Amino acid sequence: MKRYLAHQCIQLLVVCLGISVITFLLLHLKGDPVVLLLPLDAGKEEMERFRHLMGFDQPVLVQYLRFLTGALRGDFGDSLYMKKSAFALVVERMPATLLLTFAGLIISLVIAIPLGIVSAMKRYSVVDNLCTMFAVGGQAMPIFWLGIMLIIVFSVKFHWLPASGFGTWTHLVLPATTLGLFLAPLTMRLVRSGMLEVLSQDYVRTARAKGVSEPDVLLKHAFRNVAIPVVTVIGLQFGQLLGGAIVTETVYAWPGVATFTVTAIRNSDFPVVQASVFLLALCIVVVNLMVDLIVGMIDPRIRLEG
Amino acid sequence: MPKKFTFTKAFWLLWRLKLTLVAGLLLLAIAVGAVLAPYLAPFDPLATDITARLKPPSWMEGGRPDYVLGTDQVGRDILSRIIFGARVSLLVGALAVLLAAAIGIPLGLAAGYSGRVTDTVISTLVNIMLTFPFVLLALAVIAVLGPSLTNMIIVLGITNWPLYTRVVRADVLRLKELEFVMAARALGMGHARLILRQIFPNLVSAVVVISSVLVARMIILESFLSFLGLGVQPPTPSWGGMLGEGKDYMLLRWWLATFPGLAIFVTTLLINLLGDGLRDWLDPSMKV
Repeated sequence: MKRYLAHQCIQLLVVCLGISVITFLLLHLKGDPVVLLLPLDAGKEEMERFRHLMGFDQPVLVQYLRFLTGALRGDFGDSLYMKKSAFALVVERMPATLLLTFAGLIISLVIAIPLGIVSAMKRYSVVDNLCTMFAVGGQAMPIFWLGIMLIIVFSVKFHWLPASGFGTWTHLVLPATTLGLFLAPLTMRLVRSGMLEVLSQDYVRTARAKGVSEPDVLLKHAFRNVAIPVVTVIGLQFGQLLGGAIVTETVYAWPGVATFTVTAIRNSDFPVVQASVFLLALCIVVVNLMVDLIVGMIDPRIRLEG
Repeated sequence: MPKKFTFTKAFWLLWRLKLTLVAGLLLLAIAVGAVLAPYLAPFDPLATDITARLKPPSWMEGGRPDYVLGTDQVGRDILSRIIFGARVSLLVGALAVLLAAAIGIPLGLAAGYSGRVTDTVISTLVNIMLTFPFVLLALAVIAVLGPSLTNMIIVLGITNWPLYTRVVRADVLRLKELEFVMAARALGMGHARLILRQIFPNLVSAVVVISSVLVARMIILESFLSFLGLGVQPPTPSWGGMLGEGKDYMLLRWWLATFPGLAIFVTTLLINLLGDGLRDWLDPSMKV
């Protein structure tokens, strides 16, 4: 376990360093960061003064180290539009994004687990075929279009739910459903294929032979063993989930990190862009590590192999 | 579970085979339509007509028979714009995937074949890349480089290569221990020839399957970037751009956003169906 932990931690450090390098390089993609940070009509003198002030006239390595030490203290500079720390602005919007992400995750599980179990139980039946169609269709669905269609149907036509905004639980329903529908096909496929594999195992046959009732066989014997790989994959897909949340936020004007960042991108507010890319990537790394550790604790096989 | 023959199962397998064929043909039709867009589209996709703004589809009350899918906020024909929009989506999808493959496959071959330090470095790079919320990374890079068709292809290609690398690497690791590769090596085949002639042909099916998944993903990402106004710039018709403009009118004029989105959905669905069929056909072991 110790070696496993150490290995994970070293990997985490390397990945974090990589993230910081890429975030840092964003500003240097076009060569001169000063051009990006100052308004277009800035004079030559002003640019030179700014370059010196921000340390952009120093060697790249020195600049990177300054960026890194800043990032570690949560200092990405001030937002160019709101005179406030970019990091603080992004962190303020984090709870809304996390709320949406977890609500979406729960909805996807509520849809995917029963469908996956049923379609594995009744393989090649009408229900299974319908579920497969749902999965294939869902994976091709552009999530932002799905969001707009849900708004047109449920907000515009039936007036059941608000189209955008934030505050009460009714505001959460459409965005979370959109995100849930986006994630459900993948989860459903995982549950289905996992169940199919487990159901053909000897211990399931033994349980059936002993006369264990079918619901107990399915839920207690089979599904429990499917749950571990499903949790792992969902954890490792957290990046994709967050990506989906980013898209969903922009459709529903959800006041989270993504909407804020897209606005920042439109305004060329680069400190905010850097802070949010760094923070979101860090979130994904931490979640991945937690999933690794939890699964390692539950399932000794993985720990020993690693 | 014993594998017993049932009619539903046989029907399902046949159905899938047919579905793949139909999906392939329909995709071909879309591609041909995109190429022949100037001859197929009933209107100039850029021609505005202020007298026919926001006309509903022809089957609805107030619609005009010549504007089959209605018109947008400046009176441009939506059907014609969708036909022309296919050009952007297919072009970006294909070129971005080519770029991703051109970066990802060689790296995967190098990592899997040489092992040791090369493998560690490349695998770490893949891990870092896969950690990024790549929607956000693509957005950020576009913000720095500025939105354009070329930049979008570059960004999508550069952010999506790790999938190739990961799969190719794993396959090479497995293949290089097999007898036929060992035998070729024992006969004195050089590294380059060994990789190209012995290992690479065995990767083709995996590469084809990944490519189909990625083309669909690229088309969705491209349309999302254009949806946000960070992709192909107006007035060039693109499905995502039309969807983004239509979003502002969705409360009263549903057709503006519905049809371009439907075009994206149908295209990616067909690509996925074709990809699934190819996977079953080329490599039954990859079946989910």
